[in-house]
Amino acid sequence: MTAATLLPYDEVLARFDPVLGLEVHVELNTKTKMFCGCVNEFGGEPNTHVCPTCLGLPGSLPVVNGKGVESAIRIGLALNCQIAEWCRFARKNYFYPDMPKNFQTSQYDEPIAFDGYLDVMLDDGEVFRVGIERAHMEEDTGKSLHVGGATGRIHGAEHSLLDYNRAGVPLIEIVTKPIEGAGERAPEVARAYVTALRELMLALGVSDVRMDQGSMRCDANVSLRPKGQQEFGTRTETKNVNSLRSVERAVRYEMQRQAAVLADGGTIVQETRHFQEADGSTSPGRPKETSEDYRYFPEPDLVPIAPSREWVEELRKTLPEPPWKRRKRIQEEWQLTDEELRDLFNTGAVDLVAATVDAGAPVAEARSWWVQFLTQQANAREVELAELAITPKQVARVIELIAEGKLTNKLARQVVEAVLDGEGGPDEVIEARGLQVVSDDSALLAAVDEALAAQPDVVEKIRGGKVQAAGAIVGAVMKATRGQADAKRVRELVLERCK
Amino acid sequence: MSTISRDEVAHLAKLARLAVTEDELDLFAGQLDVILDAVAKVSEVATDDVPPTSHAVPLTNVFREDEVRPGLTQEQALSGAPAAEEGRFRVPRILGEEQ
Repeated sequence: MTAATLLPYDEVLARFDPVLGLEVHVELNTKTKMFCGCVNEFGGEPNTHVCPTCLGLPGSLPVVNGKGVESAIRIGLALNCQIAEWCRFARKNYFYPDMPKNFQTSQYDEPIAFDGYLDVMLDDGEVFRVGIERAHMEEDTGKSLHVGGATGRIHGAEHSLLDYNRAGVPLIEIVTKPIEGAGERAPEVARAYVTALRELMLALGVSDVRMDQGSMRCDANVSLRPKGQQEFGTRTETKNVNSLRSVERAVRYEMQRQAAVLADGGTIVQETRHFQEADGSTSPGRPKETSEDYRYFPEPDLVPIAPSREWVEELRKTLPEPPWKRRKRIQEEWQLTDEELRDLFNTGAVDLVAATVDAGAPVAEARSWWVQFLTQQANAREVELAELAITPKQVARVIELIAEGKLTNKLARQVVEAVLDGEGGPDEVIEARGLQVVSDDSALLAAVDEALAAQPDVVEKIRGGKVQAAGAIVGAVMKATRGQADAKRVRELVLERCK
Repeated sequence: MSTISRDEVAHLAKLARLAVTEDELDLFAGQLDVILDAVAKVSEVATDDVPPTSHAVPLTNVFREDEVRPGLTQEQALSGAPAAEEGRFRVPRILGEEQ
């Protein structure tokens, strides 16, 4: 595939104004699927989380999961939306085999939530308001495996294999209004919006929002219009952009690609494009179908949903603090710079740090452990930070042991690694491995005297005023104590002995 | 009097995956017109204060508890499939219809 021509970003902005539209799908973390009692769980042996209803077998009837509706309403309220007094499900008809029923149960012109907004904080602390068009309920599709194609993609495949474990999993699709006026910050706004949405879902506790596992997925619509023009240009929809960073890259790429086409006198084809994670480009997919082609009609097997105003108000009381307000509060309470705040959120450490602080650790230490050492460990072990086998309470205990002088930083890292490896809690690891700091001066002095006796020439140098030579003795003592001595204290003792 | 064009019939046939001959395009266009006209008669008597009916029973908010119920085994799930492979339903290759 030949690479598309890209216009330099500055030139894009000099000539065009970007308009974005973001569609985010969030899988709910209910125990069961949206319309049947099958377990809602990621993975599993193929076709083992299925029943006659989600397989679309004759005679089966769907029944709505009340918890799914509750989550949808809470999401709608958190996005400052109106909640429909009455709405229905609709059938979206198509022949692609990812749904065994030949249709997907969705909502069409009567979404459960509509007309809202989400305020998102940009990297410099500025708050940008993203309008929300709607949030509607639907079901996820099955997973296709294309066999025989060179890249596992559909093109060139001989046949496809379907696993319907995911078919029927509750899904909320959240659609923004056209995002205008972001200008050069459009890619950043896109990332900040998806980030804020992710934080909001976590705070609501309605989804585990794992972009790597597909429980949160983003489609990015991008169009350009010449500066000064009101009318929107033709848009493309880039599908399945599956990380926060990719959202930003995909928007930026499409802006540059479309600008190059338009600047050359060409026209944009309205189409679906695929994001290529490897090089951050997008490649053409199918031409976009119009919604008429899906021949939506009200789902006859499901009765309408009419949430009472009392229920809606009850649910409103359960809403968490809005993401940008939470950020502001945390920044003030913990006295963080913009950059520190960004790292805290980008690493996904904020809740873990908060829990560690609650367990008694000072903010600075708690933050440093999670954002630095533990984030490195999570990356090395290829898991999410929250999945590491260590609890905030255990991290707080390690920090406490350092403060008490019972662990050096180096020893503490060994202890934490052992905890991550499943060797038990910090105190157990210290006990089992004998990792206590040697803080007893008499034990240290014996080691110091031994090292001094072994290197009389160094002793002479120190006595002659070359204090930096003490390093050799400190090194020998640390080696003799297997790193369990406090190097600072050893140095003090060495200098005292050489007086 | 509605008028369904040959092109519209061809488009609908394509969406429904039906193979329709040239002669049938004209035949079905005429038949669909008759059906649409019949439905249009309902609109004549339905005034603005009569909402379209989608459900015959006046029920709302029929919900299920979020409790797991046993489903099918993989073997049961695939028992009616014309073809299966690696525990999955095997289907012919799909051309240009990726969702």
